[in-house]
Amino acid sequence: MTLETATLDAAILNAVIPNTMIPATAVLGSADLLKEYLLPLLLTIPAVGALLVGLMPGRNTKPLWTIALLASVVEAVLCVLAFCQFDSGNPNSQWTYLKPWFTLPLAAGAGIPVKFHLGVDGLSILMVALSGLLGPVILLSARGHIHEREREFLVWAQIMQAGMLGVFLALDLVLFYVFWEVSLIPLYFLIGIWGGPRRIYATVKFFLYTLGGSLLMLVALLYLAYTQRTVDVQTLSTREMALQPQLLAFGAFALAFAIKVPMFPFHTWLPDAHVEAPTSGSIVLAGVLLKMGTYGFLRLGVGMFPEAAVTCAPWLAGLAAAGVVYGSFLAFAQNDIKKLVACSSVAHMGTVMVGIFALNGAGIRGGLLQMVNHGLSTGLLFLLVGVVYERRHVREISEFGGIARTVPMFTMVLLVATFSSIGLPGLNGFPGELLCLKGAFDFHTAIGAVAALGTVLGAVYMLSMARRVLYGPVTRKENHGITDLVAREWVAIALLMVPIVWIGVQPARFLEPTEKSVDLLVTRLERAKKSVAAAQTHDGTRVAALEVPR
Amino acid sequence: MPFLPLIPLLPLAGALACGLLHLQVLRARRHHADARPAEGLIGTIATLAVAAAFALSLERFFALAGSSGERVLTWRATDVWIPTGGPAIPFGFRFDALSSVMCLVITGVGALIHLYSIGYMKGDRGFARFFTYLNLFVAAMLVLVLADSMPVLFIGWEGVGLCSYLLIGFWYEEMKNAEAGQKAFVVNRVGDFGFLLAMFAAAYWTGSFEFTGVNSAVEGGKLATWQTTVLGLLLFVGACGKSAQIPLYVWLPDAMAGPTPVSALIHAATMVTAGVYLVIRTHPIFDVSPIASGVVACTGAATAIFAGSMGLVARDIKKVLAYSTVSQLGFLFLGAGVGAYGASFYHLVTHAFFKALLFLGAGSVILALHHEQDLFKMGGLRRALPGSYRTMWIGAAALAGLPLFSGFFSKDEILAGVLGGRPVFGIPGLNWVLYAVAAATALMTSFYTFRLIYLAFEGEPRGHEHPHPNPTVITLPLVVLAVASVAAAVLGLPFGISHALQHWLEPVIGEPQGHLSHSAEILLLVGSGVIALLGFAIARATYGGGLAKAEARAAARPALYNALSARWWIDELYDATVVRAVRLTSFIAGLIDAFVIDGLVNGAASLAKRGAASARRMADGSTQTYALWFGAGMVVVVASLVLLR
Repeated sequence: MTLETATLDAAILNAVIPNTMIPATAVLGSADLLKEYLLPLLLTIPAVGALLVGLMPGRNTKPLWTIALLASVVEAVLCVLAFCQFDSGNPNSQWTYLKPWFTLPLAAGAGIPVKFHLGVDGLSILMVALSGLLGPVILLSARGHIHEREREFLVWAQIMQAGMLGVFLALDLVLFYVFWEVSLIPLYFLIGIWGGPRRIYATVKFFLYTLGGSLLMLVALLYLAYTQRTVDVQTLSTREMALQPQLLAFGAFALAFAIKVPMFPFHTWLPDAHVEAPTSGSIVLAGVLLKMGTYGFLRLGVGMFPEAAVTCAPWLAGLAAAGVVYGSFLAFAQNDIKKLVACSSVAHMGTVMVGIFALNGAGIRGGLLQMVNHGLSTGLLFLLVGVVYERRHVREISEFGGIARTVPMFTMVLLVATFSSIGLPGLNGFPGELLCLKGAFDFHTAIGAVAALGTVLGAVYMLSMARRVLYGPVTRKENHGITDLVAREWVAIALLMVPIVWIGVQPARFLEPTEKSVDLLVTRLERAKKSVAAAQTHDGTRVAALEVPR
Repeated sequence: MPFLPLIPLLPLAGALACGLLHLQVLRARRHHADARPAEGLIGTIATLAVAAAFALSLERFFALAGSSGERVLTWRATDVWIPTGGPAIPFGFRFDALSSVMCLVITGVGALIHLYSIGYMKGDRGFARFFTYLNLFVAAMLVLVLADSMPVLFIGWEGVGLCSYLLIGFWYEEMKNAEAGQKAFVVNRVGDFGFLLAMFAAAYWTGSFEFTGVNSAVEGGKLATWQTTVLGLLLFVGACGKSAQIPLYVWLPDAMAGPTPVSALIHAATMVTAGVYLVIRTHPIFDVSPIASGVVACTGAATAIFAGSMGLVARDIKKVLAYSTVSQLGFLFLGAGVGAYGASFYHLVTHAFFKALLFLGAGSVILALHHEQDLFKMGGLRRALPGSYRTMWIGAAALAGLPLFSGFFSKDEILAGVLGGRPVFGIPGLNWVLYAVAAATALMTSFYTFRLIYLAFEGEPRGHEHPHPNPTVITLPLVVLAVASVAAAVLGLPFGISHALQHWLEPVIGEPQGHLSHSAEILLLVGSGVIALLGFAIARATYGGGLAKAEARAAARPALYNALSARWWIDELYDATVVRAVRLTSFIAGLIDAFVIDGLVNGAASLAKRGAASARRMADGSTQTYALWFGAGMVVVVASLVLLR
């Protein structure tokens, strides 16, 4: 870290967290201090960036972009550093930050303390790294297509960055809920202001859908607060709860997360949102926001209510597998490139869900890795769609055709993104998909087999799209003159392509940090499976789906 | 073993180098639209990379031959390439009797085809791109055969699929070529679906992703017969995709859209044999499951005769060879299915030589005639292209199985294996049926092969008077391969004169099962020779007298002729069923999304809107209305207090 930024960060620390009076110089000398405040710092940098951009005087927008980009680069470096410095041998939260926040008053007796509790463990470290990495990508892409109300855009983009990271860092339910909502609102404006012609329909649909889910989550949160007398995620994750209340709370959380993922049949907001969103909005939506759903499932759904998760797993995994097939067919039916990629997200997030709700070591590992993979490959696909959209202002597949001849570099990158998306070995999609499917297969043969159909169908719709866009004769004369990738786009592409290849070649490096936390979770799930099975034999009833003959 | 990983790494490095040179050309084209790639440099790098891999393979081969004991060289990059929570997926190579020969064939034939391609692709805008893909293909193919576990094999498996896709659609400006590439990849993915499930099932049942682990579990009797049957059938689904067997063969004839060296390397000599390689690699599974091995043998035989029949009437010189390849691959599976792994592999090797030779020869003809592929427009090339004529004649003789050529011995080994091997599905009589099918196919093979020779080289020129002669880079590989097509015979001469290959492979495939008596072997050998000569004679009688006479004969049986030329309408059948079903399903999914799911969503929204609109009417601002509602509310409250008490 350079001297200037370190000083700046320390100043930010002083400004934002008033009850921690650290002299700025101490940060320079003390790596320990950085470790202690790393996580709040990750939330502060984009927030301060937003503040600076918002308050900066003058009509010239160029310095605003510089500030935002600088903040996002610092953020990305810190996130990647966190990934590199992460202690893979530790299954618990690292760099935890805990400060009392406020007290939730209850009708009777003492209130419930709500804490500003942050931490990173194996379940969240990959998402933290991905969110950080995508920051500069989003801004670099936005530079090409956001030409009005730039200041506002940069403010919202940075608030969103802070909100997303907060979701992955929060270890307190109230805090989680706050960040969850904080990340929802900026996208509302991103689509509503800088979106396409049907943006109002898309934003309202998206907002109502996710808000409906969030409100249910709020109810479940209050229910937990009142019955368990705590909102601390770690405490709740070790607490024994009876199955019935678990199922109630799990159901409410599950609906909120299922909408966010989105799981079939709650997915119809996604294609509309993507089609109307500006490229940068699509990248962040597909790249990180959807993962808040799967992450929530894992951290809160499975983590706090293991017995309920075990009970519901066959249904959720089955629904997810159905979503893989349905989403693939849906994607094949699309003529708009962006809508096609959006529908493919439904299928790919289905694969993630299949992996997670296989509830075994392979599946959860796969789910975690595939969350990152989908962010990278779909992020790249949206970026590329944006590249041609900026040049032609159309997205219909039939508007293109034969552009491999005119834009060979673009073609190359699109092919990499395509094959990454359909899980070609050597690129990132393969290890993630393999683990998800292996986990699903071990869990339930039929669900695994149905989900594996996604590998065939993925090739069908992705290659059809690539062929119709890239190959054949150049059918429209507008396509003769389009320019190939420029430097700014190359930088954004490289940020995504490097991990795409790296994960493909050395997946263990990226799975290693997740190992211990996943093992811990799996141990708890094994216990839950036993207790659920015992309860069932005790009742003399059998849930057929849990004991399917192989 | 530090040498071992270098075998695939060298071509991979070549691919990277060519790729960078391609990028350089693309950059240069921004300023000069006609910037040319440095063909000499690119061709040399690519060819040398593969030749060096060949040299390394040869060195390792001799090291292997000199080693004692188990005869295997292994290399492990890591034991935990992908941690799964259960058995980890390792990344390692296994250089044993089987993979060593495969490496030699891939790099040997590969290097020749690279050399040939320098001449064939001369002047092409995508020269560097072509060699990038071709080198990448060789690297992927080497990973495939060297893999010691199923996931690593899958890397190569999909890698060659990718290169096949890219190379079939190499001339992408024709949509037909891009479509053929996509078809190849998608049909292969159907097969890969089977392979993936086989991999999961194997890991679930045996606790190992490695071939040694799975094979020893099967040999140790740890799996029930139904489990090995399921495993075998799933693996065979994968093999069917890659090796173009019924019902997944449809992509291979279309794959001829690629440049001819690609057809020679990928779609004849190497990639398409990967399925057979997989079956031999996992042969203990097929050994213990009569159903799985029976399905392999019968599918192979059916594919052999079916594809052979389509080759009888094809007019495109490359299509004839493509059908022939599908048919010969059927032979390989037939041999593997009856347990004659040695014979099957022997034919795999000889086929790699003579089919690569035939494709390259066809390419030299196509090039000389300015990209003419229609046999009916050729003729009389014997004088103009004597080098192509002589070498292709040798290749044809080997394919047809004329006595003393390599194909004669290897095909005969398979035929003998069918009669002497294990009973198909456990029913001894079936082997005779399969033998009859195979013999009929051999007759067809001989006929269509010499039909090709007669149509292309004999008689009078039909359309192209002045072909331009081929350069040395093109004729040299032809000569080398022609020599190999004859010399490969020594790998497995009958009567125990030389069973070199069989013996070499024994550490992997075990002792051959079931022996025929000497007299039976002689009888079969004579029979094979007669069949081949008969086919040759029929082709000569039909096409030796010129095209008109042959056409008249074909016209005498229009129904059969039409069915054959229409390829039995199988593509149309698939279009009408599978393709249409997929399109229809996705159309319906679109409708469901738009009207059912979104219908509910929008319906709920508009319901809320309408509800809100009517509720708003309650608050119209007039005091009288409010008083009315107030009164009504009071009534309801009082009534409920009274009634619910």
